[in-house]
Amino acid sequence: MDTNVLFIFILAVFVGFEVISKVPSMLHTPLMSGTNAIHGIILFGGILVLADAQTHLAQALGFVAVIFGSANVFGGFMVTDRMLQMFKKKK
Amino acid sequence: MSSQIVPLIIIGVSVLFILGIKFLSSPKTARTGNLVAAAGMFIALCALLKTDGSSVWAHGWTFNYTLIVIGTVIGLVIGAIGAYSVKMTSMPQMVALFNGLGGGAAALVASLEFLKDARGAEPVTAFITVPMLFATLIGSLSFSGSIIAYLKLEGKFEKPMTFPGQNILNGLILLVIIGLGGWLTFNATGGNAVTAFVVMFSLALFFGIAMVMPIGGADMPVVISLLNSFTGLAVAADGFAIHNNAMIVAGTLVGSSGTLLTLLMCKAMNRPVTNVLFGAFGSSGGAAAAASGIAGTVKPIQADEVALLLAYAQRVVVVPGYGMAVAQAQHSVRELTEELGKRGVEVQFAIHPVAGRMPGHMNVLLAEANVPYDQLVEMEAINPSMDRVDVCLVIGANDVVNPAAREDKASPIYGMPIIDADHCKTVIVMKRSMAAGFAGIENHLFYKDNTRMLFGDAKASLNALVTAVKAS
Repeated sequence: MDTNVLFIFILAVFVGFEVISKVPSMLHTPLMSGTNAIHGIILFGGILVLADAQTHLAQALGFVAVIFGSANVFGGFMVTDRMLQMFKKKK
Repeated sequence: MSSQIVPLIIIGVSVLFILGIKFLSSPKTARTGNLVAAAGMFIALCALLKTDGSSVWAHGWTFNYTLIVIGTVIGLVIGAIGAYSVKMTSMPQMVALFNGLGGGAAALVASLEFLKDARGAEPVTAFITVPMLFATLIGSLSFSGSIIAYLKLEGKFEKPMTFPGQNILNGLILLVIIGLGGWLTFNATGGNAVTAFVVMFSLALFFGIAMVMPIGGADMPVVISLLNSFTGLAVAADGFAIHNNAMIVAGTLVGSSGTLLTLLMCKAMNRPVTNVLFGAFGSSGGAAAAASGIAGTVKPIQADEVALLLAYAQRVVVVPGYGMAVAQAQHSVRELTEELGKRGVEVQFAIHPVAGRMPGHMNVLLAEANVPYDQLVEMEAINPSMDRVDVCLVIGANDVVNPAAREDKASPIYGMPIIDADHCKTVIVMKRSMAAGFAGIENHLFYKDNTRMLFGDAKASLNALVTAVKAS
């Protein structure tokens, strides 16, 4: 058993709380959308299981996982960028 | 790529994710933050490692790799079409949909790993099984829950669906799921394990639906934020199961920041998170408030008069609500504020934390209409100076300016923080008719002595105001 991963997990919990503790409510929507894109890293999980898939069922499910993950990560970052590019300061 | 460099790269990627989220919490750096996180994602993809420590990209090309490329491209196209075609008013739906896909992917990845191990002869340790079961459960719940949240925001079965004993039934389903999970933890191989796993997966999908159905459309943002953090945790659990540190870090960051964001949203609405999830809002209480009787009468006003008030005011505050966005009146509002600005009137927008359909949604909608963000002031910042405002223009907002939240202890919204529009010298409420707001509560503001009602379509009224201000 590798306890290092638990160590990483606990630290990440606190960092996650800390970094957004001062976010103004005007940015809640883009922040939600941006963090939504970050969990699109699940695409990697999809790639890893599909790369190792042995059966047709595993290939089919892995394929769906990759499509879902890819839509999550690409769509998430794009839609967040589209929102944020509109935030402009007065000239 | 040597396997010693990769852990270092992953540390760098983790820093990029943390900085990305950090930058996302300030308007000046938000766009950079999103790009920083995206760059981290790309670098992590290049350094992707298999569980045995070899790079995914180092092996020979197989049919599975072709599937990976095709799947990624399909997802990219779906994502891009969604991201660039969605209307800004429908942003919460889009986030819900992307979140659901992520949750579904997390559940599928965990299931595939579990089924692979279940067929193997080697017994699997609980340290691997528990994260896999957790990811399956949370991921599938997030998938089905997000789909329901999406449909509710689209206006399908928007009303809370409740029946007696619902919370008890949901509790029982959850107990069965946890029981199956507990059994599977120690019996993770063989045919029975596969059957139990499939049952657990299906029940978790159903539980996601059962959990979100009783919650009203107005509370969907909180639900989406919660499911967003759920998906993050599911991804982190997947990371444990397949030994991918980048997934652990990214998933956990989203899980914990998403949880905090959910709590912040509930705080802004002054409702405990348990109330949102387990108590159907607005199903009672609205009638009682209306019956309590309000002193005063409603006093209508014409656009010409409003234009004069605005043109000769020193300080004007606009309180926008979702009604403004529905009437597509953001551009007319911006035109009016620019016209007033030219005349030397100080114009600001007062943004309630839950204006629009989710916190921060109104800022996005106004930004789309080219309103500079430094003109937008948050509720806490503007309330102390509201008594020095000459004219307050309430456009399509209702509950967030209802003084009943301060004055009427019997009101269902009592205690909710509001924008103190009634403290201004004159309040102009732009409204289509006298119908009650989303929560079905009578608005005391409409009957105050300093309030005038400008009835009609918000966009048409605003255009009339622009013309009249130009002329005066």
